[in-house]
Amino acid sequence: MSTEAILSGSPAPRQSLSITTGRDRARRTKQWLAFMMLRGAILVVAAALVVIVGFLLVNGISSLSLSFLTEAPRNNMTEGGIWPCILGTLLLSLGAMAVALPLGVASAIYLHEYALPGRLMRVIRLGVNNLAGVPSVVFGLFGLGLFVTAMGLGVSLAAGWLTLGALCLPVIIGTTEEALRSVPATYREASLALGGTKWQTIWRVVLPSALPGILTGSILGISRAAGETAAIMFTAAVFYTPKMPNSIFSDVMALPYHIYVLATAGTEIEKTRPIQYGTALVLIALVLGMNLFAIILRAWLQRRGHR
Amino acid sequence: MRRSTKEILIKRAFLATAVTSLAVLALIMIFLFMEGLPTFSFVSVKDFLFGFDWYPTDEANPAYGILPLIAASGSVTALSSLLAIPLGVMTAVYLAEIASPRVRAVVKPVVEMLASLPSVVIGFFGMVVMAPFLQDFFDIPIGLNLSNAALMLAFMSVPTIASVSEDAIYAVPRDLKEASFALGATHLETLLRVTLPAALSGIGTAVILGMSRAIGETMVVLMVAGGAAVIPKSLWSPVRPMPASIAAEMAEAPFRGHHYHALFATAMVLFLVTLLFNILADYFSHKHQQSGAASL
Repeated sequence: MSTEAILSGSPAPRQSLSITTGRDRARRTKQWLAFMMLRGAILVVAAALVVIVGFLLVNGISSLSLSFLTEAPRNNMTEGGIWPCILGTLLLSLGAMAVALPLGVASAIYLHEYALPGRLMRVIRLGVNNLAGVPSVVFGLFGLGLFVTAMGLGVSLAAGWLTLGALCLPVIIGTTEEALRSVPATYREASLALGGTKWQTIWRVVLPSALPGILTGSILGISRAAGETAAIMFTAAVFYTPKMPNSIFSDVMALPYHIYVLATAGTEIEKTRPIQYGTALVLIALVLGMNLFAIILRAWLQRRGHR
Repeated sequence: MRRSTKEILIKRAFLATAVTSLAVLALIMIFLFMEGLPTFSFVSVKDFLFGFDWYPTDEANPAYGILPLIAASGSVTALSSLLAIPLGVMTAVYLAEIASPRVRAVVKPVVEMLASLPSVVIGFFGMVVMAPFLQDFFDIPIGLNLSNAALMLAFMSVPTIASVSEDAIYAVPRDLKEASFALGATHLETLLRVTLPAALSGIGTAVILGMSRAIGETMVVLMVAGGAAVIPKSLWSPVRPMPASIAAEMAEAPFRGHHYHALFATAMVLFLVTLLFNILADYFSHKHQQSGAASL
């Protein structure tokens, strides 16, 4: 049996030359039991996803209708649709990406293509990693302190974009760097050998081959921004607003905040359950849909890359 | 413009953007400290961190002790780690070592999808499904409590722990495993005595990152933990971790009042704790990097 087969998880290497003793059998039984436990762990993880998504699907599907998706809430948010929330979430996440994408991609290009390993590089990387670990509620307070108050943007789309943009920055940097890493060094060398400058090489050779990976990263960034609640609750989202957003200084309603408000703070929590289920279903459909798309895109790209 | 001048300008521009992310981190710190530090003009650091009473809205006699909030964050994170660490590491081992490519192609996206579920949805699930279930099953007065929050948080940190540990396990040099197989060890023996010890620093990083995600997670603890600002007495106590307190009270705290500053100071504590976790994770992954068989 080849090592390939052993490492990829086929049954344990059989000691075919030796006589199978009781001790060998015990070892193999132990392994079988341990691997069963690992399979059990996978099942628990998969079950968690299936149960959560399935539960929302079963309970939320009946609330979905064209009018639910296209109308504004009515009657103190106990009736009507969630269109302002959908629009708000789309605006917030797309705008956040418009902030984070240029910054994130440029930072990643510097880190991967230009920077030489050294102290500055180490500090920048530590900074990026730490930024990724800052809790979103802290981003929310930072947005409140800087954008809403100090810069005077108020609770607005603009403040939300900047806050969510900062939140998505490490995601974009991470995925872009990964995409740059996957571009073979020979591509760069070929371009440089033809007399291309560093920038020409990056712009004409590296970026086009890394583009699909960057695209995958931005989809993941959008989906993260769309599901984010704590970062927008002080900076952009409001409980209820009768008017649709008409400028970057408008406050907006958003899907995640709508779920939170209806489920915890409304006066009629039980009565609005169907709306809550429906909103949650729309949100996960949006988020998981984008993720699934990114995953499929990545798998397709990897297959293409191997050819 | 000369070609080389242009190249240098472009390089400088990229450096400037790369430094921006550092600047954002610095700005976060500056604004947290600017709004948080005034807290210590009306309450001492010791009373703030170790005070047992959190009554920020009491008009006659407000108290700003966040020990109950810290205890809540600590206990919720610890309990969720107890569930998430074994589950996450086992998932990683399965994905890196046991799963066939076809199973892997299905399971890995499932783990990623679990990671991408919005926290407010998980919190909602904890409220409407898990809470009534726990209440009936264990016959307890409140379903929104420490255990429920820990359970929901565990599912949020499992994907982090799993994917970071998987990379570490995957990176273990192949000749180490082959040597073990050659000595007649079974796959399980190789896994336990060779692969996992070699990947231990990466798994450590994964665990720290997972815990850091759990301690900072807001919506789940805001919706599910129960919200009582007291030191937890049992697994079924309703609690109020730091992020929940900040998110729930910020809207009502008068601008730049004592309560407002105290909440920023709480966020400061939270920020410093997660910063510490992340630096620790970074340290682990650099200092104990497994580079080939020689460093074993």
